[in-house]
Amino acid sequence: MRIDKSDVMDGIADMGGTEGWGPTHPPRIDEPVFEEPWEGRAFALTLLSLRLAGWNVDAFRHAEERLDRRAYLGDGYYGRLLNAAELVLTESGVLAPSAIEARARNLCGEPVEEPPLPQPAKSYYAPTAEGSLRTIDATPAFAVGERVRAKNESLAGHTRLARYVRGHTGVVVAIQPASVLPDTNAHFLGENPQFVYSVRFDSSELWGADAEPFAVTIEMFESYLEKTT
Amino acid sequence: VTTTDKSAYGIPPSVRTEALEQLLTERGLVDSKAVDAIITTYESNVGPLNGAKVIAKAWTDPEYRRWLLDDGTAAIRELGFIGLQTEHVVVVENTATSHHVVVCTLCSCYPWQLLGLPPSWYKVPAYRARMVKEPRKVLSEMGLELAADVQITVHDSSSEVRWLVLPERPASTEGLSAEQLVPLITRDAMVGVAKVAAP
Repeated sequence: MRIDKSDVMDGIADMGGTEGWGPTHPPRIDEPVFEEPWEGRAFALTLLSLRLAGWNVDAFRHAEERLDRRAYLGDGYYGRLLNAAELVLTESGVLAPSAIEARARNLCGEPVEEPPLPQPAKSYYAPTAEGSLRTIDATPAFAVGERVRAKNESLAGHTRLARYVRGHTGVVVAIQPASVLPDTNAHFLGENPQFVYSVRFDSSELWGADAEPFAVTIEMFESYLEKTT
Repeated sequence: VTTTDKSAYGIPPSVRTEALEQLLTERGLVDSKAVDAIITTYESNVGPLNGAKVIAKAWTDPEYRRWLLDDGTAAIRELGFIGLQTEHVVVVENTATSHHVVVCTLCSCYPWQLLGLPPSWYKVPAYRARMVKEPRKVLSEMGLELAADVQITVHDSSSEVRWLVLPERPASTEGLSAEQLVPLITRDAMVGVAKVAAP
């Protein structure tokens, strides 16, 4: 299956540094794993749906990113998983687009006709190994201690190049194992494994001279970075 | 922006979840027992106790501590906690002068095998948005006041690398064994939004 790459990632999911969310609060003592029974079932059904559709974790994260604001935020974390799982199942032809709504209305005692089963459209995705880490025959393009710049580009489709570091300069503090590139893997366009770098940015570089003094490290795939000279 | 059918959102997520489970089970695509098994796993078997065992071992075994800080993945694999959403782990040490805290700004990446599923505070937009911009203020709101001379490093988990904080061992616990230390070590301290309190 191919997914339209016109859906840019620069949406609500890319939250780093965004404003308007209000305060945080002290952690609750003894918070249950699942506040309500449906949350556990939505979580488990999401894992099982991904297996059923043959989708990878990157494609799932992109499904979450393509939810509208209400679907992303309105029903909390487990509601978001449920809504993204619905998107996965409809795009892979397991369920018709209106199937869940129709069944839910019937469960609520509001009789509606349920849609016919769609044509299955199972993905052609075949991982070369379990998980995301891969061994590659390449030399890292950047060295620990080297100053690097996060590319200032807004990419179509899925990416893990967070907006708040784009165009900013940091220092490589660690080279992490090579990993499947989410930007292509999410769209079933290949694993393209590459080295991942933990890059340290000073708060003043990201947020200006008046920022609290601190540093951020973030993992950058090799193709997200460029030399500073 | 594409989305699922908007009109469906007028129905509570509990009912839509039930609808989804029916649709998948009646065609034999999913077994409700498999759903139950996953819930049991994440409610009972995988949780912060795993991470606490790693930290208690590091506090009581200097050689393991060095290994954990040098090659977290290998040291954690020895205890059996490498797996789904916890493929590669980097461990960072909190001290009196250096404080580390973990966030995922793009979703809610979290070391499931070590800490279980993420708590609600880790997933809220305010935490995801603000931890990389004003961590000292966020930590203060969450109940952790750090001295002005403490250096803060925030780790944004943007790839499959997962971060685990090795908290400071409280004074007055010198005589305790690893087994006695485990119950003191909290999830919040292993993410870096709290310290481990003395018993």
